[in-house]
Amino acid sequence: MTFDVAAVRAQFPVLARTMNGRPLVYLDSANTSQKPSVVLDAMHRFASTSYAPINRSAYQLAVEATDAFEGARAAVARFVNARRPSEIAFVKNATEALNLVAHTWGRANLHEGDVIVLTHLEHHANIVPWHMLAAERGITIRWVPLTADGQLDLTDLDHLLDGAKLFGFSAMSNVLGTITPVDELCRRAHDAGALAVVDACQYAPHQPTDVQAWGADFTAFSAHKMCGPSGIGALWGRQELLEAIPPFLGGGNMIADVRLDGFTPAPPPAKFEAGTPPIIEAIGFGAAVEFLEGLGMDAVRAHEERLARYTLDTLARRFGDDIRIHGPVDVKRRGATFSFAFRDVHPHDLSQVLDQHNVCVRAGHHCAKPLMKLLGVSATARASCYVYNDTSDVDALADALDGVSDIFAP
Amino acid sequence: MPGLDDLYREIILDHYRSPRNRGELPSPPAAHAVGHNPLCGDEIEVFLQVDGDVVRDIKVAGQGCSISQSSASMMSQAVKGKSVDEVRALTRRFKGMMSIDENPDDPARPGDADVKLGDLEALQGVVKFPVRIKCATLSWNTLLDALRQPDTAG
Ligand SMILES: Cc1ncc(COP(=O)(O)O)c(C=O)c1O
Repeated sequence: MTFDVAAVRAQFPVLARTMNGRPLVYLDSANTSQKPSVVLDAMHRFASTSYAPINRSAYQLAVEATDAFEGARAAVARFVNARRPSEIAFVKNATEALNLVAHTWGRANLHEGDVIVLTHLEHHANIVPWHMLAAERGITIRWVPLTADGQLDLTDLDHLLDGAKLFGFSAMSNVLGTITPVDELCRRAHDAGALAVVDACQYAPHQPTDVQAWGADFTAFSAHKMCGPSGIGALWGRQELLEAIPPFLGGGNMIADVRLDGFTPAPPPAKFEAGTPPIIEAIGFGAAVEFLEGLGMDAVRAHEERLARYTLDTLARRFGDDIRIHGPVDVKRRGATFSFAFRDVHPHDLSQVLDQHNVCVRAGHHCAKPLMKLLGVSATARASCYVYNDTSDVDALADALDGVSDIFAP
Repeated sequence: MPGLDDLYREIILDHYRSPRNRGELPSPPAAHAVGHNPLCGDEIEVFLQVDGDVVRDIKVAGQGCSISQSSASMMSQAVKGKSVDEVRALTRRFKGMMSIDENPDDPARPGDADVKLGDLEALQGVVKFPVRIKCATLSWNTLLDALRQPDTAG
């Protein structure tokens, strides 16, 4: 399938913007992605024609709004191949999804002395909720280490998983771009009797996601990284699990009944959606996954694999040993997200100079401080590509890097 | 957009390339504080030897960008030999230049405007790059932490 980047790019209004007379080179999609017109229009249209409370009122407008909201849920469910829409709980973002799992499943199932396993690749969103639980419950966290090129080192996995109750891991690293073998990791978690929790926040935007083929138990992702709006994300969970675990926040919408002496939670997904949800954002989320399905996720992946190869080749050719790209060199095992060190220039300074060329990259620890420590750095610069980036963006990055050393040369 | 020349003045780059007062002091007796820039993960350590009312010695360790490192280096030069009160006044003045007057315990005072910044003035351009202000003030906040330690006079 061909992938016409120029045509895709033309659908993202912000990318038509120039700054100081030059085009914007947006290479920070691992942070958050830009939004295509179809998403912005869907939200605007819904808010202009069908906005009303959902699940609460019998009038026509409210019925329309509820249908649109549930339609968005169905679209997101289809996008990750959930068995049914009710397996998708709308939450604020992936962070909330992972906190939800720690708070509900974790508190119901983990007790003093229990073991869970995480990996050195994790984002703080898949570390801190478990640290919080560990402090409360006295559980132990074991860590899957990395190989020299930033892949999970599975040599001791069975040993690490022995006796563990949960294995949480990211499907794609936001720092190194590493894609992990999710189906194998889920299988090995289950072989050890552990639950498999997948952080798909970086994975789902970039390639076909199939929670059933993975055999996962919970999967978290955020709309804003996949062409959708900020303010909404999803927790997918196996229906039986969602039914078994306690609710998360309490309030309206999440109950079947409330009495003076207690309450009965609603069935999932409402059970996890206390209060008025992000309604307009849900419509945008639905439009975003439909936009991505329109591009074809296989085609998106092929495009980014080409771009990853081009980026690795271009930067190596132009800068040789002056640039060090962290993470896998094999483009089959990585996405188009690149953390790098350039000469001895601090990432903060690097990004400042790149900004003069409208090249937007992130400098910092990328919410993965344990991983930074293992890499032996306090920060990296990170360039990350998406559907609207092409080789010209990579060339612009390289051209801008050319100018960096002049300033900081001794 | 403000130009990079506003930010990366020669004197800043000089302090970045050859930072003054790098290292550590035995602590105790020196006060020791660690500061983090949560945005980028940079970490600065300040070791402060205060005798009586005077900063006898200061050393700076840790890693960071050109702005945080040069600010720390210039700060170390500027505070050495000064009294604790003078150091506090200089800190208020520097933060004032960074458009920060955030310390309710130690608000700006009339005399602050007369405090000489010297080389530190080169960091003035940072104000035009708001995300970098935290880089410039990291070492100063760490210095205040060190001053706050119980065994430090002041
Ligand atoms: C791998 C990974 N997990 C979780 C998150 C958290 O996502 P959010 O900030 O949308 O909750 C991110 C976002 O940076 C991420 O990259």
